[in-house]
Amino acid sequence: MDLHELNDIAADQRAAQKPCVIRCCMAAGCQSAGSVAVLKALQQAVTEAGKQNTVEVRSVGCLRLCCQGPLVQTDPDQRMFQKVRPEQAPSLVSTLDGRTTDAEPCDPNAPFFALQANVVLVNSGRIDPEQIEHYIAADGYAALARALTEMTPQDVVEAVTRSGLRGRGGAGYPTGVKWSLVARSKGDRKYVVCNADEGDPGAFMNRSVLESDPHSVLEGMAIAGYAVGASQGYIYIRGEYPLATQRLQTAIRQAGRLRLLGTHILNTAFDFRIDIRIGAGAFVCGEETALMASIMGERGTPRPRPPYPAESGLWGCPTLINNVETFANIPQIIRRGPEWFASIGTPKSTGTKVFALTGKVRNTGLVEVPLGTPLRVLVEDIGGGSPSGKIKAVQTGGPSGGCVPAHLLDTPVDYESLAAVGSIMGSGGLIVMDEANNMVDVARFFMGFCMDESCGKCIPCRAGTVQLHRLLTRILDRKATRRDLAVLEQLCGMVKETSLCGLGQTAPNPVLSTLRHFRHEYEALLRDE
Amino acid sequence: MAVRTLTINEKLVSAPEGATILQAARENGIDIPTLCQLDGLSTVGACRLCLVEVGPSGRLQAACVTQVAEEMVVRTETPKLREYRKMIIELLLTERNHVCAVCVANHHCELQDLAVKLGVDHVRFEYLHPHLAVDVSHELFGIDHNRCVLCTRCVRICDEIEGVHTWDVSGRGTNARIISDLNQPWGESPTCTSCGKCVQACPTGAIFRQGSTVAEMEKDRQRLRFLLTAREKREWLV
Ligand SMILES: Cc1cc2nc3c(=O)[nH]c(=O)nc-3n(C[C@H](O)[C@H](O)[C@H](O)COP(=O)(O)O)c2cc1C
Ligand code: SF4
Ligand code: SF4
Ligand code: FES
Repeated sequence: MDLHELNDIAADQRAAQKPCVIRCCMAAGCQSAGSVAVLKALQQAVTEAGKQNTVEVRSVGCLRLCCQGPLVQTDPDQRMFQKVRPEQAPSLVSTLDGRTTDAEPCDPNAPFFALQANVVLVNSGRIDPEQIEHYIAADGYAALARALTEMTPQDVVEAVTRSGLRGRGGAGYPTGVKWSLVARSKGDRKYVVCNADEGDPGAFMNRSVLESDPHSVLEGMAIAGYAVGASQGYIYIRGEYPLATQRLQTAIRQAGRLRLLGTHILNTAFDFRIDIRIGAGAFVCGEETALMASIMGERGTPRPRPPYPAESGLWGCPTLINNVETFANIPQIIRRGPEWFASIGTPKSTGTKVFALTGKVRNTGLVEVPLGTPLRVLVEDIGGGSPSGKIKAVQTGGPSGGCVPAHLLDTPVDYESLAAVGSIMGSGGLIVMDEANNMVDVARFFMGFCMDESCGKCIPCRAGTVQLHRLLTRILDRKATRRDLAVLEQLCGMVKETSLCGLGQTAPNPVLSTLRHFRHEYEALLRDE
Repeated sequence: MAVRTLTINEKLVSAPEGATILQAARENGIDIPTLCQLDGLSTVGACRLCLVEVGPSGRLQAACVTQVAEEMVVRTETPKLREYRKMIIELLLTERNHVCAVCVANHHCELQDLAVKLGVDHVRFEYLHPHLAVDVSHELFGIDHNRCVLCTRCVRICDEIEGVHTWDVSGRGTNARIISDLNQPWGESPTCTSCGKCVQACPTGAIFRQGSTVAEMEKDRQRLRFLLTAREKREWLV
């Protein structure tokens, strides 16, 4: 495979494109709503109408409005339908001839769609994730080709640095800085690891990207391998994502067959292999040192840093570890230029972010917006507000994050602004809460999660989360006094400051942020001494 | 070897490059409480008792795993550290069933010593009173999970010094347990050589010699020191 052949594949694919496309979402959300039967019915309806030569029924990734699945979209007339049932397929196909259908329409110009950005999710819901030709026709692997043939590894690192991209796995560490650390680390062998362990309750951003556009992640990883000098990559994916895993496997196989992975990629001296490692259901294995231990076949527990993975990671070798979404941004940064990327978002938080919008909100689903978008736009305009009418708070950052109260909804969604109001960006979980949600109960839910997921290595997290959970339960049972509340606060501070890894260090955050903004709810539950 | 100069508790001290804060402190007669650390074994930074305040921001770092650096400023005794260390001991005391009055290690227990030294005179958390097993299937030794603090000293000494790896940890969080081999009774372990190193390494009464009764289980840490000297200096003396 060389550049010309790559261009030929893209041209062939575009030429073979039938005039009409009916896209049926086959991501996990719509599949669970029955989209497999819808897809079959659509294919059958097209055949029965004798339109096989002009209409393609395409299985695509996430079309974003997950709560209304199964979703179907038609081209070229750009219509969308929601909650589609298999029996509606014939009439839906007939809309291509201008006839009517009883399938429920969904307005693609509604704020939910219109206010979104299209960077990470640009191919999501457009291409068939199981066909590499579709990805190539959408300029896929052009960035890898450019990096390998026109840029030095230093140029690539430089471009990523200039883009201002920050890690999408939670902490927001500048990606360019991380890449240059690994590139400069000495070692014959280096590794690139993609963190796809996404375990926050309610989060499905990474899953959607992998199910909808797996090649963008592979391409991002290969570019990273070239930039830092690695020839082996691993994707660590949680065991609960069988569909994403299967699509990744297909994608790796297809890329290998076209020599876009493997040896002598695109006729250059660059070799890069990607293997999948499947997690066994531990949230803590998303923490980078635990993840690497797990890849090496050890018990998945974190270890103290330094040394950081960039210096000593897998088998003691320099290792670059980034999140799925971080890698998915890379091809476009290389292809469209770091300046283009940096022009999106805010000066310190560039680009877009994908969120999984859930909870007490009308439109739940997958959402991508430029960083710096006010939270209010996300939940009220895109999310359509709460069905009960009144939003009380928005939880960001999952079990490591906090609750932003309604009066602070104008907070822009960027790393610094969310931290300033006592929450974090996190990996992109966004849970909307209304007046029916008791904030102490919310805090206890997340504490219960951390307690169950603590690896048990260090004492503050292992035993501290149990005691914090007990104290919160006591408060909810109206058995706690002011003294218990004081102990709760003391213990929160201690667990935060003394735990070994990020899980324990952030486990008190949901309590601390609800204490900060909803202290009265705690106090109302106390009994007299 | 390059030398690093740092300040510990206002005192200027020097230590070889690569030494930990804990080693530098001990060299200079400064005591930092520890539990999971044991000379001669790898460090895991798990108990968090050795946390010290580092630098102007006072960030807490585990002395047993943090290397010294030039001009580092370290504080090992501050009101906050004292409070946090106390809480760690309280958390341990409530997590399992530490009933000193009937324990084989009474008066010879590192947990008990730490509680006394750190001034733990009451416990502010609820006792969890878990139901835990005692395994006395081994012909010489026994393990009482009621007394285990999950320091993994037994795991590491068995793996790193005896070279056997009979012990490991199963489960997670507060349900984590020390297990022998594939979670089978210790007496049925096909790997255990009955060397007794874990008995000596265990800081509490969790691993004991059978036949010891209350307060009789004295640990012979000198034996570990002997092994260490033999390994590191090739000298077969205590
Ligand atoms: C308990 C815990 C769980 C984590 N889970 C994830 C995860 O599921 N996915 C992820 O990308 N990062 C996760 N992280 C963050 C990783 O340790 C690491 O910082 C990240 O993968 C780096 O990638 P980035 O720089 O692209 O963000 C987790 C961290 C902690 C402490
Ligand atoms: S903070 Fe929790 S998860 Fe992290 S090492 Fe400690 S016990 Fe394990
Ligand atoms: S049995 Fe003893 S040495 Fe082993 S982990 Fe428990 S307390 Fe530590
Ligand atoms: S002695 Fe350092 S963490 Fe246990």
